[in-house]
Amino acid sequence: MIKEMTLTKLTTNQKLEPMVKPPITKVQLAQYAGASGDFNPLHLDDAFAQKIGMDGVIAHGMLVMGFLGEYVMNIATQQAKVVNFKMRFGKMTFPGDEIKCSGIVERKYEENEKNYLALTLTAEKQSGEIVGSGSATLELA
Amino acid sequence: MDLNKSVIGLTSEPYIFEVENRHVRQFSTAIGDENLLYKDEKYAEASAYEGVIVPPTFPVAMNEGDVELPLELDHRRMLHGEQEFIYYQPIRPGDRLLCQMKVSDLYDREGKSGKMQFLVLDTEMKDEEGELVCVSRMNIIYRPLVD
Repeated sequence: MIKEMTLTKLTTNQKLEPMVKPPITKVQLAQYAGASGDFNPLHLDDAFAQKIGMDGVIAHGMLVMGFLGEYVMNIATQQAKVVNFKMRFGKMTFPGDEIKCSGIVERKYEENEKNYLALTLTAEKQSGEIVGSGSATLELA
Repeated sequence: MDLNKSVIGLTSEPYIFEVENRHVRQFSTAIGDENLLYKDEKYAEASAYEGVIVPPTFPVAMNEGDVELPLELDHRRMLHGEQEFIYYQPIRPGDRLLCQMKVSDLYDREGKSGKMQFLVLDTEMKDEEGELVCVSRMNIIYRPLVD
């Protein structure tokens, strides 16, 4: 869990403390399939994945976005609401991969008397390969 | 066969989605996201959300397997390129949301392997008063088939 910080004190270009997830497991992919309703065999069945040229199953891209979502909500804590969140999918993620989420304050701005914080987000493997890059906008309370 | 612009505006049948606590719990457990905002009422009430909410990517789980767009898509050509959520109001366990999928855009780009098409599919979620709660926007790359 990230140390709680006061969001109003963050400054533009400030790097946020990263969050590292435990390695992805096949059981987790089964749990995610059940919870999300995405039963594509590419995420569950090694034999199927191998038939279409993969080494084995790959993780759901949306699971990786779920990690970034966890990271954003850890930053928001009780102080902000997320108004926009997006991610572009990068390299494929496999069981065993350990994903690190990191973020940078892109800008702070005021609109209609509300304060916003725009964050740039990255999810990467230990090798440094980017699996997801995105952004989130937080509305401060 | 490429898609043509006439698909823009096509919608699915609307459906009601009930947000259940157990489902939210399964979803956050799968991710390993144990934020108190999803389960601790007291903590959540003291937050900017003023009550318990669902994880930010939960709207992707708010599908009804049998509701589809009236559109023939070749799943082998589809690649989920980008995902966006636009949040207007918090989604909370117990909510009954009126959901509808819509083709909101189709555009072409030149790629390395020829022309690629990009399909933007929105799922709009509204509350019982008809106010917009969330839009889940999926950007799909529709690739030429290489054999």
